[in-house]
Amino acid sequence: MNTALLEMRSITKEFPGVKALNNVSFQVAQGEIHCLVGENGAGKSTLMKVLSGVYPFGTYSGDILFNGEVQRFNRISDSEKTGIAIIYQELALFPELSIYENIYIGHLQDKGFLVDWNEVIRKSGEMLKKVRLNINPATKVKDLGVGKQQLVEIAKALSKDVKLLILDEPTAALNEDDSENLLNLLRDLKHHGVTSIMISHKLKEVISIADTVTVLRDGQTICTLDAHKGEVSEQVLIKNMVGREIDHIYPERERKQPGEVVLEVKNWSAYDPALGRTVLKNVNFQLRKGEIIGFAGLMGSGRTELARSIFGNSLGYRIEGELFIKGQRQHFTHPHEAIEAGIAYVTEDRKGNGLILIQDVKQNISIANLTELAEHWVVNDNAEIKVATEYKTSLNIKTPTVEQKVGNLSGGNQQKVSLGKWLFVKPDILILDEPTRGIDVGAKYEIYTIMTRLVAQGMSIIMISSELPEVLGMSDKVYIVSGGKITGELPIEEATQEKIMQLATNY
Amino acid sequence: MTFFKNISKVLQQNIREYGMYIALVLIMVIFSVMTKGVFMSARNISNLVNQMGYIGVLAVGMTLIIVIRHIDLSVGFLAGFLGAVAAIALKYWGLPVYVVIPMVLVLGIIAGLITAFPVARLGVPAFVTSLAGWLIYRGLLQLVTAGTGTIIIEDKAFNALGNGFIPDFPDMGFLPGIHKVTLLLGLIAIVLFVISAINDRRNKQAYNFEVLSMDMFVLQLVVVSAVIAYITWILSGYNGISWTLVIVLLVVGVYDFIASRTVLGRHIYAVGGNPDAAELSGINVKNIVFVVFGSMGMLSALSGILFAARLQSATTTAGTLFELDAIAAAYVGGVSAAGGVGKVTGSIIGALVMMSLVNGMNLLGSDISLQYIIRGIVLVVAVVFDVMTRTRGK
Repeated sequence: MNTALLEMRSITKEFPGVKALNNVSFQVAQGEIHCLVGENGAGKSTLMKVLSGVYPFGTYSGDILFNGEVQRFNRISDSEKTGIAIIYQELALFPELSIYENIYIGHLQDKGFLVDWNEVIRKSGEMLKKVRLNINPATKVKDLGVGKQQLVEIAKALSKDVKLLILDEPTAALNEDDSENLLNLLRDLKHHGVTSIMISHKLKEVISIADTVTVLRDGQTICTLDAHKGEVSEQVLIKNMVGREIDHIYPERERKQPGEVVLEVKNWSAYDPALGRTVLKNVNFQLRKGEIIGFAGLMGSGRTELARSIFGNSLGYRIEGELFIKGQRQHFTHPHEAIEAGIAYVTEDRKGNGLILIQDVKQNISIANLTELAEHWVVNDNAEIKVATEYKTSLNIKTPTVEQKVGNLSGGNQQKVSLGKWLFVKPDILILDEPTRGIDVGAKYEIYTIMTRLVAQGMSIIMISSELPEVLGMSDKVYIVSGGKITGELPIEEATQEKIMQLATNY
Repeated sequence: MTFFKNISKVLQQNIREYGMYIALVLIMVIFSVMTKGVFMSARNISNLVNQMGYIGVLAVGMTLIIVIRHIDLSVGFLAGFLGAVAAIALKYWGLPVYVVIPMVLVLGIIAGLITAFPVARLGVPAFVTSLAGWLIYRGLLQLVTAGTGTIIIEDKAFNALGNGFIPDFPDMGFLPGIHKVTLLLGLIAIVLFVISAINDRRNKQAYNFEVLSMDMFVLQLVVVSAVIAYITWILSGYNGISWTLVIVLLVVGVYDFIASRTVLGRHIYAVGGNPDAAELSGINVKNIVFVVFGSMGMLSALSGILFAARLQSATTTAGTLFELDAIAAAYVGGVSAAGGVGKVTGSIIGALVMMSLVNGMNLLGSDISLQYIIRGIVLVVAVVFDVMTRTRGK
């Protein structure tokens, strides 16, 4: 093996309450393609943000050595000057600008105060040749497909004399041809001396391209595997990615024979006109009374899209297929129709679209069902306080009074407010999207206990979760979603972390 | 001494809410001193209220518009145009006043819904649609007044809305020169205020919510009652309560009730606080946009009626810059541009602050250019103060 181009030593990065990276060490040799794999939340992106200077020197502990020298990056431009370029999953291009403007926006060739546009265009052409993109540099970026935009990003990195190229899930949004093209380009660049780090969930790609693979789990380095010694295989990777202990932190639950079907989705496909792509393809599933079904999968696999397409389709998808609630075919055009039919949806992003942070606990709990608290459209304030206080007690929401602003509560308590709001509409079907994301262990257990209580009372729950132990600990049945399709359905007795991860990374 | 400590504590905790009232009192005191008492004279206060009326009702509607994160620039010339329509209907079409007023209000609602349509259905920014409305209504106003120029309104009942006063009891010999109905209404207002404040406090105590300490509570009752008493006393020394004041109080009362007590009001503030969360909570955000713009249109019509009645005529320039005065009043009154925050009552105080500046400086004979500069400074200081106390509160 060659000498190390990059070495990260004992990197530890803490956020309030969470250790995102715990003593991670990571080495990349000159001229290799190094893949970084791990579950959602394993710390891959955080590690790359430390490396690129998004988290400046001093906010983490440990050392970064590049070309044998200790680096102290205070901002992204510092790491760029050293020759490190990072390309994020969400591309950072200006859609309304031309390709050449995008490539050189950060370092325009100038003569005095004026930009030498001819020089910029000429050089852009050279860069495009390097990424094998045969296209006029004056084309606007918005007129390119995602695959070509990705190549423009790489051309932009190359224009800055990049030595180390970092790609965060570069093929996540690409089709097979574009993906293959991109991988070939990376191999090509390798021969021209560019070292790459690629984060990917697509294990087949990782196996085909990697010289070395590092697996992260829960903010720690689990192992580094050398592909040339035959250490890398799908089984080995999955085993190392998931191997988390399932501790007994799930409440005991009597698993009864599930009742009648309360929700059924048949041949359900959805096209998102805003993004211009199909987000769900031919999805079929059933939910029975008193049952918890888990939807496992990676971020962006289409689980949230599925939930929102069922819950009133407020994102305006074009939908094909059939939805049955308690045997009746439904065509919801707004969330309030779904609510009336007995569905509730606790969102994944409680701050973004779940709660109204500037309003207090009682107003948040009552908002989805105000008419029940009103006589002739006048809200009965006392009844509202009473209801909110009931949920404060039954869900153990830790707040001095129900007049506290929700923005001042902790994540776990915010989640309970969100849950309270949806329980107050008294649904038969509860969709929980990442119900325990970003909350502490104690609050998690409380949420599980509440879920257990609700299904015992006859409610049916759809739980979307990226945490495999949680899926296995709580569900009666697991559906695995990948690329907008259901790639597997496992009864709980047959489900294991390995099987789920295999199906979730199966594109 | 604990009494004064309590006062300063309460003031510090509620500085954002009380700041505006303190500013208003300060402005009034300064002008009273500078004009040797003319500013607080019965005649001038009465005049000030009538001057404020047509901006005040716009500020009330604008509050809700800004709460749901939009803006409406068309309200000024819409008011001017609909005022002219009212004048034409009265004078040339010979329609009675009780037909004209509802008709104009309905036209206002329709105009508001038209402004809302591209905003709600197509996602066009309200700034653009209402700017188009600004141009269109300005053109329409000039069009309908083109042949005649200023249209003089002769209908006494209509003109009373801008200049008239509520009737008094027949003279019974006692309290000569004092408007007795005004005095009685002031007394009723004080009694109602005290009763509702006590009830509210009891309710909150029953739920263990934080309430003012007893001495502070009594102080609050005394101060507010004294202010009401003082204002009624001044007004009753002149012609009593004007019809404009009655209308403004009615609008503020109804809108404050809707905003704070009804399901609709809650939905409006939810949409302003987080439109995505509101939509997912089953609230039809588009319908809320229609309702709020429709109400704005109706209040624009009312503003146009009040202004035309006050001038007893419709002019070709009526409504010029009303929209900016209304927006300024709302911001001075504590409405947040980030949405979801702002009280109707605050905006009316904001309108009073801005109009006091105009009125006071007019009395002092200061130049119109200086008036604009001072109003600009007050606007920015008020909002800076608001932003600073808000961030400190976090």
